[in-house]
Amino acid sequence: MDFNDTPEEAAFRTQAQAFLAATCSPKAARKSAERPARMEEAQASYLARAKAYQAKKADAGFAGLTWAPEHGGRGLAPIFSVIFGQEEARFDAPGAPFTIGLGMCLPTVIAFGAQPHKERYVRPALRGEEIWCQLFSEPAAGSDVAGIKTRAVRDGDNWRVSGQKVWTSGAHYSDFGLLLARTDPGAHKHKGLTMFFLDMRSKGVEARPIHQASGESEFNEVFFDDVVIPDAQRLGDIGQGWSVALVTLMNERLAVGGSPGPDYQDMMAFAAGALAADGKTSLLADSAFRQSLADWYVSAEGYKLGRFRTMTALSRGQAPGPEASIGKILNANRLQEITSAAIDAQDHYGVVMGQSAASDLFLRSYLWAPGLRIAGGTDEILKNIIAERVLGLPADPRADKGIAFKDLPTGA
Amino acid sequence: MNFDFSEDQRQLRDTARRALVPFAGAAREALEGGPGSELGGLGSGMWSLAGEMGWLGAAIPERFGGVGLGRLELCVLAEEFGRILAPIPFSSTVYAFAETLMACADEATQAHWLAQVAAGKAIGCLAASEGAGTVSPGRIEAALRGGKLYGSKTPVADGDSAHAAIVLAKDESGGLRLVLVALSQAGVSRKVLETLDPTRGHAELSFDGAAATPLGAPGSGWGEYERACDRVAALLAFEQLGGAQACLDMAVGYAKSRYAFGRPIGSFQAIKHKLADMYVAIEVARSNAYYGAWALEQGGRELAQAAAAARVAASEAFTLAAKENVQTHGGMGFTWAADCHMFMRRAKLLAVQIGAPGVWREKLVRALEQSNQG
Ligand SMILES: Cc1cc2nc3c(=O)[nH]c(=O)nc-3n(C[C@H](O)[C@H](O)[C@H](O)COP(=O)(O)OP(=O)(O)OC[C@H]3O[C@@H](n4cnc5c(N)ncnc54)[C@H](O)[C@@H]3O)c2cc1C
Repeated sequence: MDFNDTPEEAAFRTQAQAFLAATCSPKAARKSAERPARMEEAQASYLARAKAYQAKKADAGFAGLTWAPEHGGRGLAPIFSVIFGQEEARFDAPGAPFTIGLGMCLPTVIAFGAQPHKERYVRPALRGEEIWCQLFSEPAAGSDVAGIKTRAVRDGDNWRVSGQKVWTSGAHYSDFGLLLARTDPGAHKHKGLTMFFLDMRSKGVEARPIHQASGESEFNEVFFDDVVIPDAQRLGDIGQGWSVALVTLMNERLAVGGSPGPDYQDMMAFAAGALAADGKTSLLADSAFRQSLADWYVSAEGYKLGRFRTMTALSRGQAPGPEASIGKILNANRLQEITSAAIDAQDHYGVVMGQSAASDLFLRSYLWAPGLRIAGGTDEILKNIIAERVLGLPADPRADKGIAFKDLPTGA
Repeated sequence: MNFDFSEDQRQLRDTARRALVPFAGAAREALEGGPGSELGGLGSGMWSLAGEMGWLGAAIPERFGGVGLGRLELCVLAEEFGRILAPIPFSSTVYAFAETLMACADEATQAHWLAQVAAGKAIGCLAASEGAGTVSPGRIEAALRGGKLYGSKTPVADGDSAHAAIVLAKDESGGLRLVLVALSQAGVSRKVLETLDPTRGHAELSFDGAAATPLGAPGSGWGEYERACDRVAALLAFEQLGGAQACLDMAVGYAKSRYAFGRPIGSFQAIKHKLADMYVAIEVARSNAYYGAWALEQGGRELAQAAAAARVAASEAFTLAAKENVQTHGGMGFTWAADCHMFMRRAKLLAVQIGAPGVWREKLVRALEQSNQG
């Protein structure tokens, strides 16, 4: 057991620091607060900044660290991504628009795409020139994503796609999308699926941003009206879409679930400058507050250190297991607790916007936190996964077994 | 970075787990007052096994008769003891007594007592509490006068079977000091205490002019005591982890085999999510415990914070796992015959043994404040 960097890791860390210092400005607030800070900035200017940074990052060899060199990566062990992430967190380094593409879509293209596709799409994605989105969820199929209805019908060398996706993050500014579609409604629901990718500017694709509970509009409904997709853009075999989707979702567990809002450090800093309920002593001296602070720290460390354990397991050649689902449960719930506690701590005045940057950070994150418990698998679904795949408990009894997809009850 | 135990350490775990198989019923015997009950389970042979296997001296240097391995090996063993609710004074003797001697006793004292511990001939304990309430410097009345100790300590874990105690006392200058007292002398009396967990011994120790050797510098007592607690916390976290994991394993096993409404109870989401919550708490505890283990092995400044986080997480996980294990077992879980209650007893015992969870949360925040200041 050793927490210190190996000489190789230390050298890499120094290179990363040098690159970041030369490329980005150091950040006063922490990276974990990136998301709420981003809400302040116009989307177009944020995107432009993010693309410019991503290009420099790729050119300097810090993008796709764990990808094979033939895909523009460096073939490094996962721990190097963690080290780069730790250093990047100290800087104003905008990376959010690429999380889904680089974390989930491109690994799927690399795993199932043909050689010319990899040559064509991987590099531009790594450089941030092309952004990808994930077109899985639909109005009637989120948790039960194998229940999607968007139809793809074979037409010579092409497929014709009609239907609707929803909650698609970044679809309105994405160049490409990874699309799960139903190719055989007569088959059982998991059997009739096929995976494609498509140009988001194809004729018949329309992305309409959805106004979110948090105020901004980042996710979309996406409509497909007789969209033509060449068969060459199919990933995996016809009817094998579910196995392909599982690869995407497995990568999702490593890509999402970080701590994207204020954490215990922000809460500590905030409490040092706030008063306890008696109006005299510092909130940081309040014993009830300190008890909660300890629990938030333990949870945050539990996530961070758990990730190190996952990295160690990966470096031994073990696959990322569903254990990684824990991270999102911990972080999303902690974010909800922390933001709620910060508002409560200010009593009547806690709800007033515009008092201070710190207080606004908590208010905005309070509104954004509920989304984190839903996106990328709800708490309930993640607990089912832990129970069934880690603990080996029996599956839920299913009402959809042995029935053709088209005959399933929908409640509609 | 490598955040796991080494191949050798994992082998030690496997060896320990195998060697302990015959002792799976030892805690139950201790509970029932059977053959393993006298001296907290020593009679069952587990204590001699711990000596023979070199576990008692695992972290004791070879020159004192130990095996000379490190603290990580102790962590591995602690988890195995925790798993089977080992009814032996291992934690008091090894994590508290021997480790504290190694930190602040002189060479001669170490040579004498550590050799005895490694050989399985001495049981040791750490005595700080003097009754109800949190241990704090202002509350210590036990006093050292002219090399003799006066006062009483209660409860003292394994004080019933120990041969020697490290006691937190005031010295003549009014400062605190740790002192070493042999317990088989006139001037020491013990009263065995009944506690929530009958599988582990506890006593009240009274001193009336017992000969005592000061450890460390004058006035160093509180600091040494807190550091001793940090080390115990880091190790005890693994016992708690082992206990919590055992509860989860039991609950999962039962949930798969027990049927209700025509299906295994483990297919009900209320049960699934309960067990998933236990798993999450245990993983949080495990990750924090590993960091505590590393900090303990390093022996640096990180220990206070790492040990406190490990302890808070481990107490939480074991308490949760123990109570939800009962719940998962239904009526059966509430019987004397099922082992569930033994875990509930041990979970609480360990959660308060060197300070209750609230005390450790406070310590954790203090450590965080200190590390923020540089
Ligand atoms: C901010 C955000 C961004 C997103 N981005 C994307 C994206 O880019 N691409 C994409 O494809 N999707 C995206 N999603 C969609 C997301 O994956 C789904 O919203 C999520 O999987 C839940 O599906 P649903 O909304 O249909 O809710 P439902 O599945 O209808 O769930 C409703 C409730 O029922 C519970 N429930 C459902 N099934 C079970 C079960 N078996 N056991 C217990 N409880 C159950 C759920 O936990 C939930 O509480 C995003 C969502 C959010 C909030």
